[in-house]
Amino acid sequence: MPEPAVGPVVLDAADLNRALTRISHEIIESARGADDLIILGIPTRGAVLAHRLAERISAAEGLAVPSGSIDITMYRDDLNMRPARALGHTVIPSRGVDGKTVVLVDDVLFSGRTVRAALDAINDIGRPRAVRLAVIVDRGHRELPIRADHVGKNLPTHRGESVRVRLSEIDGQDEIVLLRDAEKQS
Amino acid sequence: MIEHLLSTADLSRDDAVLILDTAGEMENLTDRSVKKLPALRGRTVVNLFFEDSTRTRISFEAAAKRLSADVINFSAKGSSVSKGESLKDTALTLQAMGADAVVIRHGASGAPMRLASAGWIDGAVVNAGDGTHEHPTQALLDAYTIRRHLCGGSGDLAGLRVTIVGDVLHSRVARSNAWLLHTLGAQVTLVAPPTLVPVGVDSWPVTVSYDLDTVLPETDAVMMLRVQAERMNADFFPSTREYSRRYGLDAQRAALLPQRSIIMHPGPMVRGMEISDDIADSDRAVILEQVSNGVSVRMAVLYLLVGGSREGAGETS
Amino acid sequence: MTEEYLLTGARPLGGDPSDIWLRDGRISQISPAGQLSAPDAELIDAKGLVALPGLVDLHAHLREPGREDAETVATGTAAAALGGFTAVHAMANTDPVADTAGVVEQVYRLGQAAGYCDVRPVGAVTEGLAGEHLAELGAMADSSAAVRVFSDDGHCVSNSLLMRRALEYVKAFDGVIAQHAQDPDLTVAAQMNEGKMSAQLGLQGWPAVAEEAIIARDVLLADHVGSRLHVCHVSTAGSVDLIRRAKERGIQVTAEVTPHHLLLTDELVAGYDPVFKVNPPLRTEADVMALREGLADGTIDVVATDHAPHTGEDKDCEWAVAAFGMVGLPTALSVVLATMVETELLNWQGVAERMSVVPAQIGRVNDQGRPLAEGEPANLVLFDPEARWTVDPGIFPGASRNSPFKEMELPGRIVSTFYRGTSTVRGGELQW
Repeated sequence: MPEPAVGPVVLDAADLNRALTRISHEIIESARGADDLIILGIPTRGAVLAHRLAERISAAEGLAVPSGSIDITMYRDDLNMRPARALGHTVIPSRGVDGKTVVLVDDVLFSGRTVRAALDAINDIGRPRAVRLAVIVDRGHRELPIRADHVGKNLPTHRGESVRVRLSEIDGQDEIVLLRDAEKQS
Repeated sequence: MIEHLLSTADLSRDDAVLILDTAGEMENLTDRSVKKLPALRGRTVVNLFFEDSTRTRISFEAAAKRLSADVINFSAKGSSVSKGESLKDTALTLQAMGADAVVIRHGASGAPMRLASAGWIDGAVVNAGDGTHEHPTQALLDAYTIRRHLCGGSGDLAGLRVTIVGDVLHSRVARSNAWLLHTLGAQVTLVAPPTLVPVGVDSWPVTVSYDLDTVLPETDAVMMLRVQAERMNADFFPSTREYSRRYGLDAQRAALLPQRSIIMHPGPMVRGMEISDDIADSDRAVILEQVSNGVSVRMAVLYLLVGGSREGAGETS
Repeated sequence: MTEEYLLTGARPLGGDPSDIWLRDGRISQISPAGQLSAPDAELIDAKGLVALPGLVDLHAHLREPGREDAETVATGTAAAALGGFTAVHAMANTDPVADTAGVVEQVYRLGQAAGYCDVRPVGAVTEGLAGEHLAELGAMADSSAAVRVFSDDGHCVSNSLLMRRALEYVKAFDGVIAQHAQDPDLTVAAQMNEGKMSAQLGLQGWPAVAEEAIIARDVLLADHVGSRLHVCHVSTAGSVDLIRRAKERGIQVTAEVTPHHLLLTDELVAGYDPVFKVNPPLRTEADVMALREGLADGTIDVVATDHAPHTGEDKDCEWAVAAFGMVGLPTALSVVLATMVETELLNWQGVAERMSVVPAQIGRVNDQGRPLAEGEPANLVLFDPEARWTVDPGIFPGASRNSPFKEMELPGRIVSTFYRGTSTVRGGELQW
């Protein structure tokens, strides 16, 4: 189990729950329903969030919205700058993404590079009608012209800080914590 | 993760499982419209083959290309090697060309280790079969195939019983499998005529038997090794007929296997010698699947060895 | 002979400090330290250094004629002098093979010209080392090279009848057959010791029995025809046992062991570095221990280097195509020091016998392996047993660098070598 995070809690379990509910409604609203929606999360925590969102949308709309995960490791622009990493799991719903609206889900939006990689990865899988981006925390400091369509919380941060998202499926509890330099775990 | 893949003897359990898990993801990812992955874009993989092996070369070539690497096939036949150029000069040439990985098949045991350790090249070295030493990617794809059929496709092979039958003495496949399967927790039994078991096998983590019929009922996966033509006239056994009768797998023998057991062969097969035609084509034989799994496993190996940077090990995100 | 030296404070065979006066190529006088005065002699401070009779190697490959790119008689004998040797036997597997009086005389004269030590050519037993017909052994014995040791080294005289004939024939001139004991059928394409390591590394095995079977046969043949047999580079515990029993039966057999077989094992092959490829191959720890014990108890009579230089291209390659052999002359005494003296298996007297006295007797080399005594030829070596050095083959004479001891720290440093009263090595440096 990861060590308990220290630092100010910026979203607690109830906040996260409300944010996910709101985002799921925004997604339905902007897509004008849930037909042809696919929710794809970026492993590891983005995939968990995608699953939660899909469940909420399915419940609200009364139909099964497919969800999955898309690993972006091999599409990273810093792949050659670090030792090779273990791949995350990719699960694409069986009907594919062609002509669908893909909602890409990640926990934290920062430089935008992960999202860029995810767009490339989706491109190799097929041709969606549209791709939307949902994140729980947007902490700013974009390095690429990318913005989120659905945001749980905008959280202005310093570069040296980091945001730790903890989810009950993986970490045992839901909370989002801001870590300062000295508290950053490698 | 290790820097080169030279032998399964120096693979840890965790590294071996990582390779198998990564191969699983690779298999998953290449089953889609765009088969290519960008992981090795801009990297050069050289297939340096001093021995003919179309199967293995094509498998590595497909793996490298699916990862978007530039692939150079360097076959010793018809090249300067056959005119007496040394391994060293060949290696220095590859270094000058900027090879990020060298996949080497060589008739001399230890040639890949020389390539990796003599200071001739910087790139990662992948052993694609060296003499009578090892063939690590074959063992990895065998383990992958076994894991998928008998272990639900994840974890290790703890408790499985694998029997390897045939010319263990000269088999790099047997050596690599003996170490790897043991590392992954399987119980390995080697079955061969005593002339084809190496002196010194008692230091291996295996059981040795000379009697196939007593071993088969206790076997989850049986791996038949090819009997090479050059052994047939060297008095390792009296005749091919006698070999076949004592150590070949035919329908009658295969019936001794437990119900869910699988039958494997690294290829190319000598049908009628170590394996009968009907058994090679039977439902329990996973021989063609071994071939297709080979590409995924080799993708995993290439990705893990050259997909990242070789500096900065220890950094994480 | 104009050189004249007074070595002060040297310890002959590790004994009390003495002054040794070398004049006219002989040991003119030996006295307890501080008692000698030799006004015309050059003084050499030998305080703390051990003096031994010049070492005699029964087994070296000097490669000339034929492979001067690897070694020449000049560079090989220079390496010998650096290692404290004053006589070396030059093996016959040159190109052309030393199977005629002409070739052995050529090698002999090259040795004289170089001047570092006596070169005693070894004659081939069979023509072209082919193992089919006897070479002209008598002509080589009668030549100016006065050959007494005959060997097909590198090849085994495997034909029993031919071996019998050779053993018998050389009795006429007090010769000895030095056998390279290796059953050829059991060692086809052999690469390393057969056992745990060969099984793991996938290298063709060279089983101990291939050596032992030939030794067993040869001691019986030597017994039957009443001849002298010398066994080259004994490498297995089983061979030591066979030779011990043959000696107990009174058979005239002598045997040698190489420094590398006293120190190194087949575990070193794990990295496939051909610098460890040698014939007979490196064996196991148990064999090493048996060889040391055999050398200590006299079963094995002598240490011989089997100095086998090879060029970079013959060693800097894959194992299977690399040449067999190791450079050994400059490191021999240090390895014996490490394996036999520091382990208290031999004292200095024992070292002198096994590296000088007995090899000279086996090879019938006059004026070598003599006691350190007044009137004896001035062949001697001074070395510092306390010094330690890190082996750097880059500084060896000659073109070959294939020392398995590379980068190892070894005890004992050769300080001076005197050959017939001439200083060939001083301060650890060749004099020309």
